[in-house]
Amino acid sequence: MNMTLTQKILAAHAGLDSVRPGELIQARVDLVLANDITAPLAIREFGRIATDKVFDRKRIALVCDHFAPNKDIPSAELCRTVREFARSQGIENFFEGGECGIEHVLLPEKGLVVPGDLVIGADSHTCTYGALAAFATGMGSTDVAAGMATGRCWFRVPASQRFVLTGRPGKFVVGKDVILHLIGQIGVDGAAYRSMEFCGSGLKHLSMTDRFTMANMAIEAGAKNGIFPFDEETARYVEGRSQRKARIFEADEDAPYERTMAVDLAELRPVVALPHLPANARFADEVRDVRIDQAVIGSCTNGRLEDMRQAASILKGNKVARGVRLIIIPATPDVYRRSLEEGLIEVFLDAGAVISPPTCGPCLGGHMGVLAKGERAVSTTNRNFVGRMGHPESEVYLSNPAVAAASAVAGKITDPAEIESRTESRRPARRERDGSTKERRR
Amino acid sequence: MKARGRVFKYGDNVDTDVIIPARYLNVIDPEELGRHCFEDLDSAFVRSVRPGDVVVAGKNFGCGSSREHAPSAILAAGVGCVIAASFGRIFYRNAINVGLPILECPAAAAEAESGHEMDVDFDSGTVRNISTGRSHRAQPLPEFIRDIAAAGGLVNYLNRNLAGQKIKTRPSRIRSGRGKPGTASGGKEDRS
Repeated sequence: MNMTLTQKILAAHAGLDSVRPGELIQARVDLVLANDITAPLAIREFGRIATDKVFDRKRIALVCDHFAPNKDIPSAELCRTVREFARSQGIENFFEGGECGIEHVLLPEKGLVVPGDLVIGADSHTCTYGALAAFATGMGSTDVAAGMATGRCWFRVPASQRFVLTGRPGKFVVGKDVILHLIGQIGVDGAAYRSMEFCGSGLKHLSMTDRFTMANMAIEAGAKNGIFPFDEETARYVEGRSQRKARIFEADEDAPYERTMAVDLAELRPVVALPHLPANARFADEVRDVRIDQAVIGSCTNGRLEDMRQAASILKGNKVARGVRLIIIPATPDVYRRSLEEGLIEVFLDAGAVISPPTCGPCLGGHMGVLAKGERAVSTTNRNFVGRMGHPESEVYLSNPAVAAASAVAGKITDPAEIESRTESRRPARRERDGSTKERRR
Repeated sequence: MKARGRVFKYGDNVDTDVIIPARYLNVIDPEELGRHCFEDLDSAFVRSVRPGDVVVAGKNFGCGSSREHAPSAILAAGVGCVIAASFGRIFYRNAINVGLPILECPAAAAEAESGHEMDVDFDSGTVRNISTGRSHRAQPLPEFIRDIAAAGGLVNYLNRNLAGQKIKTRPSRIRSGRGKPGTASGGKEDRS
């Protein structure tokens, strides 16, 4: 039977030759993930399951990243619950303190997910790992408790939608703009219960950072997973990171797709999603006179080194506008260290930014930049729902890192090209370090 | 199983951030979560909801975050059932797993208005709007999922199967059309 990439991975993990959309299967999982918000619930439910031990202490990852460093006493108690469980079960991949980063940036970085894997996580953005040609999907704590106990999970095999990307994106167009544009086209339930499969000649212009961002936000279109095919870029990323071997699956040429949508990346411009849905996509240069109080650059969507470089390319030689708080959150200790080594952190400090330790923090209104009533933020995060980043009467505009940085400098939502031309006219001879977004385009 | 109560009607894309805002996710106690249910969507909800009342919404109810705290908060607030045109997929699983009754019924969702009286029969999937006098038939849950719901959630279901060592067997295709609703036999079958 002809299968999509997602269906191939599911079939292999269910020990079946083929699966078809809508079918219910019981499949083996390669990695089970939970964080400081969802793990305590999973641990409580695990305690009710008639087993003492997790199925494999090497295949569970517990990451205290959401409210850590602990924002208050109840959060500290949650992290303690996770820590004690990790100790008692001998969980190898427990992360907190200086080893901890945002889960969906940290786990690929550590090589804990490899191509061909089936991953479930008690976090909706678990779908990020689809960038690695793995099947990964978010679930709740009880499903994850069952996964920790049995190493199995039930799935309804999803139908697939195919997104054929062609062309080369312009200078300030990155994965975030592509996925916001797509969600704008299909809506926040446009891929509900479906798999979003990305393909096409345009992929060669999308770095792993771009792909992680895009797979990460598949959930914002309601998708079960987002997935990219394995290619040289994937191979380069995975090389040397993991003890486990990648399993490479490919979609059949005549695999069934419920819908196929083509996007010419060359036609895109930086995109901003207006409150209060990720589907409210507009080109940034069409959003005029929207003043901001805060800009946030970070999260599992856009907290990687390349994101830091893009932000720095705009911020270098510029100052954050008066009355605007710019909060920059390198997603992992490694991203932080490399940002420091490359001089990006200095650029951020010179610009007047606040540097936060790795945490999900303000993305979900946790800490490190919660919004007051009536305040407005531009943010590289993934959701702009009512009250997402703080007060229910605050607003979040979603964007890529360059747009967020440019907006922080201008004090209002701004296309990065405007800031760049302003900066260039001021210091025409100092462009050598601003080329990072160009360098990465092959 | 039946539910009867007043309707609280909301729109499309009710996300889990408004069902239970993240500022309350530093606890896992359902009662505490229930006290803040729908706070950012309808601040009067918790004061006015009575046990057995029915939340009705448009499409994609429960989209967004995977927080299982969301169905737990709705359940703890006293809601007897959620009826929506469609559900976010993680919320759907979570609701079944924590024992919050849900039904997909676009016609009933479109017709209902806040304050209507509704009568829901889960066994037959019939949603009766007492205020309009009209009845609608909901999408039935797949049999395997109905088995999980009937067992009182995933952990109970799992424990019954663990006792029979069914779960520890090889991965497989789950056959539907076997087992009866209300039993935990599951219709699980090893393919080989």
